[in-house]
Amino acid sequence: MSEELMPYDPTVDYTGEPAIKEITPDGSKHIPPWKPLNLTRRRFLQGVVCSGIAVSNTAILFSSGARPARADARAVERLISLNINGRKRNVDVAPNETLAHTLRYKLNLTGTKIGCNRAECGACTVMADDVSIYSCSTLTHRVKDKSITTIEGIASADGTLHPVQQAFIDEIGPQCGFCTPGQVVSAVSFLKQNPSPTVDEARMAMSGNLCRCGAYDHYLKGVMKAAESV
Amino acid sequence: MTDMMHNFELFQPGSLADAQALLKKHGDDAWLLAGGKDSLDWFKDRVMQPTAVIDISGLAELGAGIRDEAGGVYISAMTTLTDVAENALIKDRFPLLAEAAAHVASPQIRNVGTIGGNVCQDTRCSYYRDGFPCYRAGGNTCYANTPTAMNREHTLFEAKRCVAVTPSDTAPACVVLEAEMVVRRGKKEVVIPAEKFFIGPDIDIERMTALKPGDILMGIRIPAKWSGSHQYFEKVADRNTWDFALVSIAMAATVEGEAVTDIRLACGAVQCTPRRLSDVEDLLKGEVPNEEMETLAGRVASSGSKPLNYNHFKQPLMSSLAKRAVRSMSA
Ligand SMILES: Cc1cc2nc3c(=O)[nH]c(=O)nc-3n(C[C@H](O)[C@H](O)[C@H](O)COP(=O)(O)OP(=O)(O)OC[C@H]3O[C@@H](n4cnc5c(N)ncnc54)[C@H](O)[C@@H]3O)c2cc1C
Ligand code: FES
Ligand code: FES
Repeated sequence: MSEELMPYDPTVDYTGEPAIKEITPDGSKHIPPWKPLNLTRRRFLQGVVCSGIAVSNTAILFSSGARPARADARAVERLISLNINGRKRNVDVAPNETLAHTLRYKLNLTGTKIGCNRAECGACTVMADDVSIYSCSTLTHRVKDKSITTIEGIASADGTLHPVQQAFIDEIGPQCGFCTPGQVVSAVSFLKQNPSPTVDEARMAMSGNLCRCGAYDHYLKGVMKAAESV
Repeated sequence: MTDMMHNFELFQPGSLADAQALLKKHGDDAWLLAGGKDSLDWFKDRVMQPTAVIDISGLAELGAGIRDEAGGVYISAMTTLTDVAENALIKDRFPLLAEAAAHVASPQIRNVGTIGGNVCQDTRCSYYRDGFPCYRAGGNTCYANTPTAMNREHTLFEAKRCVAVTPSDTAPACVVLEAEMVVRRGKKEVVIPAEKFFIGPDIDIERMTALKPGDILMGIRIPAKWSGSHQYFEKVADRNTWDFALVSIAMAATVEGEAVTDIRLACGAVQCTPRRLSDVEDLLKGEVPNEEMETLAGRVASSGSKPLNYNHFKQPLMSSLAKRAVRSMSA
C-alpha cells in the first residue's frame, strides 16, 4: 500500500515541524510531560454535576423578576413567571432550559417550531420586547424581565389576522408551512421598527429565516404588501 | 435534563464585584455568558461543560451603550451587534465597524449577540468544536492538518501546530481602527491594544485572546484617529447569512490630494489573529491608488501564504479583496 493510501493514524503527528521544537524554541531541555487529556483540557469534559437538582432544594419563591442585590450566594430560582403574549405564566424552568423548550414543552405553545436548535434556521423566532430572537438559543431565565410574543400572540384576540399573516396568505407565502411562524414573527418585528421599508431592507430583515421550500420571494412580496397596511 | 445541554448552575449577578467573586469561586468551572450565541453551541455539543454559568447581562457597571469619547467612541462590551451596526455615531465616524457588525451571522443573532462576545468568541475549527483532543484542547495532534483533513476554512499564515483561524468579523475592524480593549482584571483596569488582544498559537495555543481566566472585557474604545477616514469592509462567505468569513478585509485610509498618506489593512479568517497587511500598507503610503497599485497590492497581499490541502482558493480571494479595497479609494 502506498503511503498516501495508509489509513489515518491519530498517533502520528502530520504537521510539518515536530511539536517538540515548538515547545522548546530556545533549545532548552524542558518538555512538559504528556498528561491525559481531560486533565489538561481547560474546562473540557469535566464531571457533570446535577446542579439543577441542588438548586430546586432552596426555598421555592416566585421571583419577581428583579434581581437580588447580592446574587452570588444563590443561583437562579427555578420557579419564575414569564410574560408571554400579554399573559403572566408561572413556570418551572431549569437553568439550562431554552425558551423554545419552555414554550413548546411546558406551556404548550407549539406554534414556535424547532428546526435546527442551533440558531441557524429561524423556525423558532419569537419577539422579546418587540425584538426578534431565536428562542432555541436563548436561555429562558435570560428573558424573564421581557415581554415575549410568540406566533400565537400575533393575531388579535378576536381572531382577526395580523396584516402580515393576511399578506402571506394572499401572496401564497407558505408551502409546507414549517418555517411560517418564524417568518411571520420576523416580519412583524421588522415592520414595527421600519413600517415603510425598501425591498432590500425587507430582504435583509428576513435573511435570518430559512425556508426549505424556497418560498422566499413569496414571503418577501408578503412583507411588502403588509407594509402597505400596517 | 433539558435539550442537549448539560446541567449547570446559572448565576445572574447584579454587580461586577459579584461576578468577579463568582469567577474566583468557581475558577475553571465558571463560564461567562454574554449573548450566549457562541456559548450555547459549546454546551449543546457537550464539549464544554462548565458547572457555573455567569450571565453578565445584569451587571450595573456593564450596561449596554455607545458614547462619544474625545472624538472617538466607547462601546460597552454588552452592546448588541445590531446596535453597533445601526448606531449613528459609529456609522458616521467608523462605518467600517458598523459594516463589519452588520455582516455577522443573521439579524436575530445580531439582536442578541454582543460585540464583547464577538471579539472573545472561540475559533470555529470543526475538529476542535466537535471535541477532538487537538493541540488547542490540550492534546498533541492537529486533526485539521492531516493528509485527509478537511481544512477549507483554515489558515494561510502563521500556523504553529494549530491551523485554526479567527472567526470574528469585528476583530479585523478593531485592529484597523487601533481599538483598545478595556479589561477588568481584579480591581485593576487593563487596557490592551486590539493587535495584542488577539493572540495566536505562538503565544498560547489554548486561547484566542489575551484575556486571563477571571478577566472581564468591559468595553472597546475606538480613538478619534481614523474618524472620517476612507473605510472599507468586505466579507466573503459561502452564504451571506450565518456563515463565517472565508476571507474578510478591513481598511482605513487617509487620502490627501490624490495620494494615500496613511493606511491600515487587516484580513480576517486567514490566520489565528486578524492579519495586518503591512506590506500592502508600505506599498501604498505616498502613492496614488490606481490600477497599477491595485494589481501590486493584490500580488503582495497574499504573498508568503502557506495554504493547506483544501484552502488554496483563499490566496486569490485575499488578493482580490485587497485589490477591491484599494480600488474603493479611487472610485
Ligand atoms: C449560526 C451562527 C453563525 C455565526 N456567524 C458569525 C459570523 O458570521 N461572524 C462572526 O463574527 N460571528 C458569528 N457567530 C458567532 C457569535 O455567536 C457571534 O459573533 C456573537 O457576537 C457572539 O456574542 P455573544 O454575546 O452571543 O457571545 P457569548 O456566547 O455570550 O460569548 C462568547 C465567548 O466570549 C466570552 N465573553 C463574552 N463576553 C465577555 C466579556 N465581556 N468578557 C470576557 N469574556 C466574554 C464568553 O465567555 C464566551 O466564551 C455565529 C454564531 C452562530 C451560532
Ligand atoms: S430552531 Fe432556532 S434557529 Fe433553528
Ligand atoms: S414553507 Fe416549507 S420551509 Fe418554508
